[in-house]
Amino acid sequence: MEGWHLTTMEWEALGLSLKVSFLAVAVSLPAGIGAAWVLSRYRFPGKGLVDGLIHLPLVLPPVVTGYLLLVLLGRKGIIGGFLYNTFGITLAFTWKGAAVAAAVMAFPLLVRAVRLSADAVDPGLEDAARTLGAGRMRVFFTITLPLMVPGIITGTILAFARSLGEFGATITFVSNIRGETQTLPLALYSLTQVPDGEAGALRLCIISVALAMSALLLSEWMARRFDTLMKG
Amino acid sequence: MKMTAVTDGRKNSGISKKNRVDVCVQKQQGGFYLDIAFAAEQAGVTALFGPSGAGKTSVVNMVAGLSRPDRGRITIGDRCCFDGEKGIHLPPEKRRIGYVFQEARLFPHLTVGANLTFGMNRLKPTDRFVGFDPVVSLLGIASLLKRRPARLSGGEKQRVAIGRALLCSPQLLLMDEPLASLDQARKEELLPYIRTLSTRFRIPILYVSHQMDEIAYVADYMVRLENGSVTIHSPVSRNNMPCPGMPGTCHPRTGDRIPGSRDTGRFP
Repeated sequence: MEGWHLTTMEWEALGLSLKVSFLAVAVSLPAGIGAAWVLSRYRFPGKGLVDGLIHLPLVLPPVVTGYLLLVLLGRKGIIGGFLYNTFGITLAFTWKGAAVAAAVMAFPLLVRAVRLSADAVDPGLEDAARTLGAGRMRVFFTITLPLMVPGIITGTILAFARSLGEFGATITFVSNIRGETQTLPLALYSLTQVPDGEAGALRLCIISVALAMSALLLSEWMARRFDTLMKG
Repeated sequence: MKMTAVTDGRKNSGISKKNRVDVCVQKQQGGFYLDIAFAAEQAGVTALFGPSGAGKTSVVNMVAGLSRPDRGRITIGDRCCFDGEKGIHLPPEKRRIGYVFQEARLFPHLTVGANLTFGMNRLKPTDRFVGFDPVVSLLGIASLLKRRPARLSGGEKQRVAIGRALLCSPQLLLMDEPLASLDQARKEELLPYIRTLSTRFRIPILYVSHQMDEIAYVADYMVRLENGSVTIHSPVSRNNMPCPGMPGTCHPRTGDRIPGSRDTGRFP
């Protein structure tokens, strides 16, 4: 063992993982809240299909999801081609693509958690707010959204943890390029494939556990803060 | 019933002298057909009385704008809130109707103070004719302002809900069995407040209940509903009517401030 100092490669992997996960959560959070709210409050034709599509990454093998992303979002894919030709954006084999893969994989967990809390908000409170002169938008932002906070916290933490751990879809869609797409799990995997990698793998393993534990404790603490607030 | 749209040229004053409420609505709800017509006079308490399932809450929800009648017309003073023929259906937030629900429906994440001002803050200051301090002192909730609803008793919650509805300076106050979830002692605590509201703030009140004793105590007029239609429409004689359960001993607590008061609680 060469001690507790991280090598450059490990630092890169950690930084990249955090960057990718934050971006993935930041992008999927508003969309996830919107999707959860619509699924909770509205009935529309094709709702089952939308629900199914959102949940698909949860039940598909991650490698399949990654391959689908490559087909759709690769430079020659339907969406990826459009993005590249009009905006010059490349997702495949870049860290942004890793964020997309993480977001897609984390999205169902986020939506499920947020939807539970949206279901728990009494529509009677929204009616009451409307009779008090608040329009639909204001009701959503002043009543519904604040009351969904517990679910949003849980969903965010779950999504963040899922993003940090994303492996299969990431390696298939954006490969394992050091400094660009080699996130923490990919670096750990790579280290297990080389002769002197055990120490590094162990360090990354400890970091992963620490990150996951901190995320859990943070969500616990925030949920308790919210509870105290509501009881005050 | 003849529908009269009253005009008095004081559209935005908030205090329409003629706050007459005309309701004439039809709605098919599953196998239940609702065909209701009645009028409520200005600054009085009109009780909607009837057994469970008579359609009382449905009517109140249509007046509030939370559900849409199939046909008919709802006017408050000179304002038309719903007209099936003209296709007018004002959303609830545009109706200026206060609604006190059976369960208080206070916003759990907001303090009592923030609950009270939720509707008031949506209102232009010139449209406010119910003042914060008069309402808080009338309902005796000054000491609760910083608390959250989870720490209020049932009676306190309902008083805050009444205050919240009043503070949006409504042109009509709907109360849907506001006492139903309370025990007898809390009912007796709240009834005198309700009785004084209409005259104190000159707001017509539509009071839903299936308890005859409550209605005898608070109402000036009674509309009896049965199976989705009006069966009786008459004034209630409540001279010397004792408070239910406590004969002759209960008076409006703030009675000394009410009779002949010209103060409408308008903001300075």
